[in-house]
Order: sequence, then C-alpha cells, then structure tokens
Amino acid sequence: MKAAVIVFPGSNCDRDLAVALEMVGFEVSKIWHKDSELERGIDLVAIPGGFSFGDYLRVGAIAANSPICKSIISHAERGGYIVGICNGFQILTETGLLPGALLRNSGLKYICKTVDLNVETANSIFTNKYNPSNVIRLPIAHHDGNYNADVPDIETMRDQDLIAFTYCDNPNGSIENIAGILSSNRRVLGMMPHPERASEKAHGNLDGVGFFKGLVESVSTA
Amino acid sequence: MKARIKIMLKNGVLDPQGEAIKHALNNIGFESVTGVRQGKVIELEIDGSDKGQVRSELDKMCNKLLANTVIENFEIEIL
Repeated sequence: MKAAVIVFPGSNCDRDLAVALEMVGFEVSKIWHKDSELERGIDLVAIPGGFSFGDYLRVGAIAANSPICKSIISHAERGGYIVGICNGFQILTETGLLPGALLRNSGLKYICKTVDLNVETANSIFTNKYNPSNVIRLPIAHHDGNYNADVPDIETMRDQDLIAFTYCDNPNGSIENIAGILSSNRRVLGMMPHPERASEKAHGNLDGVGFFKGLVESVSTA
Repeated sequence: MKARIKIMLKNGVLDPQGEAIKHALNNIGFESVTGVRQGKVIELEIDGSDKGQVRSELDKMCNKLLANTVIENFEIEIL
C-alpha cells in the first residue's frame, strides 16, 4: 500500500502523518506541492496540517491552486482515497473536493487542546475501526476550524451519512458541531482533529491508531 | 489599469472578527455601533486596455482564487 503525503511551504504535520502511516504498514513518499504528478500506484493521498502559504488570502486557498492539486483532483475522480487533516481539510474544501468552508473560530482564539469526539458513522475506511457509540479523544490545534456549509449541503450530509466526526462540546462554532466530513463517494475525508498526534504510546493517547489501522486494512483488501 | 476588489463574507455567515470589532467600539464609548462586518480589499495592477475584457478576467480570478464564493461575495471596481 502506497501513500503520498503532500508537502506545502508551511506544512508542519507532514512528518507526523508520514510516521503514523508507516507504522501501520504504508510505504510513504512525500510529494512537494510543485510536482505536477503523483507517482503511479498511490492508494492514499494524505494532506497534512500546518499553515500552507502562511494562511495568506484564506486558509488553504493558495495551496488548493498549487500544481499538485490537479493530480489530487484526478486521483479523487478515479475514486482514489484522500485524507486531509486540519489544514488538509481546509485545502480539500478550497479545491471543491469537499463541500463548505472553514472560517475563523467563533471565539477568535487559536485552540490547542484534546477534545472529545463522537464518531458519527463507521461506514468509511477512515472510521470502520471505531464503534459509533464510543467517544474518542483527539487533539485539535487550529485558528480556523469553524466549519460552515449551506443548509442543502448539511441536509445532504445528514441524509447520506457523510458526517464522520462531531465535537461533543463545540470548541469553534462549527455548524452541527461538525469536526470531520466525507465526500459523497465516502473516499475523501476532511477533519480538523489530529489522529496522527494520538497514535503512539509516547503521545499518551492511542485513540488515533484505529484511524490508520482501518485505512491500511481497507486499502490492502480493496 | 488598476482595479480594486472588495471581498465580504455573505450575509448570514457569522463574522467573529466583525463582532469583536463591534464590541471593542462599544467598549470605548461608540455605543451607537450595532453591527460590524470585516472584509478585505485587494488592489491589482493589470495589463490591458479593454475594460470589459479586464473585468471578465478579474471575475475569473475572483471565482478561481481571490474569493471563496461558498462564503464570500466580491465586487470588482476598475479605477
């Protein structure tokens, strides 16, 4: 199983994400944003957290127009798997691969803490290791995590079971307490919390391990 | 040619920065302020002499990069 971690100027979770993917068995290559092609045979594209392009203009906006993003969109159109975490989620909404947009936190402050999350659906390769009746704890670290989408989009997400994670105690003003969503084909996931920061004993929290295990097992049997 | 683009959050999209500015104004005595929306202004210098053509290019720029039409409206002004 091959994963590509995309690196932009200002990405800062790329190494953590690569390590978490390698620990479950992915062969990981890091791809610079100026490359225009993904190498052949990539099963999963992973867009890490950080502050791509200094968050200039809008979070994720400049990254979403970088050369590699055309290949990422083609990968999605071929039914490929994509995960975007934190800034990666912001970039995925800016490319249009996921609906809605992420705005400044309603309390205006940058928030860095571990939060309780509901797993809203186990019906995706990203969440199938979790029991939806359990609450998991993952770190968040963001200034612009306030998810916003219009009413028809929210209704579609509800009807098609595309809301992946919600906050138990909404920290940032997100509509419907949304922390992570799936694309309509369930193969693209964007989320603000960081499973890669809760995936080793030394992190003091292993709630993110299931995320990566689910990914590798599903991709290897696909 | 010079152009100015004004980008504002759409009505109904909560603007926490605008709210904070409103509170700050109220707190320093400007109690008459009942609402603040914060946006951004982008000025561009652009080659071209046909205003219509420049405007249509600017419209594409706004839709592709400068504004996120999910949450923002934009207005183009050619100076």
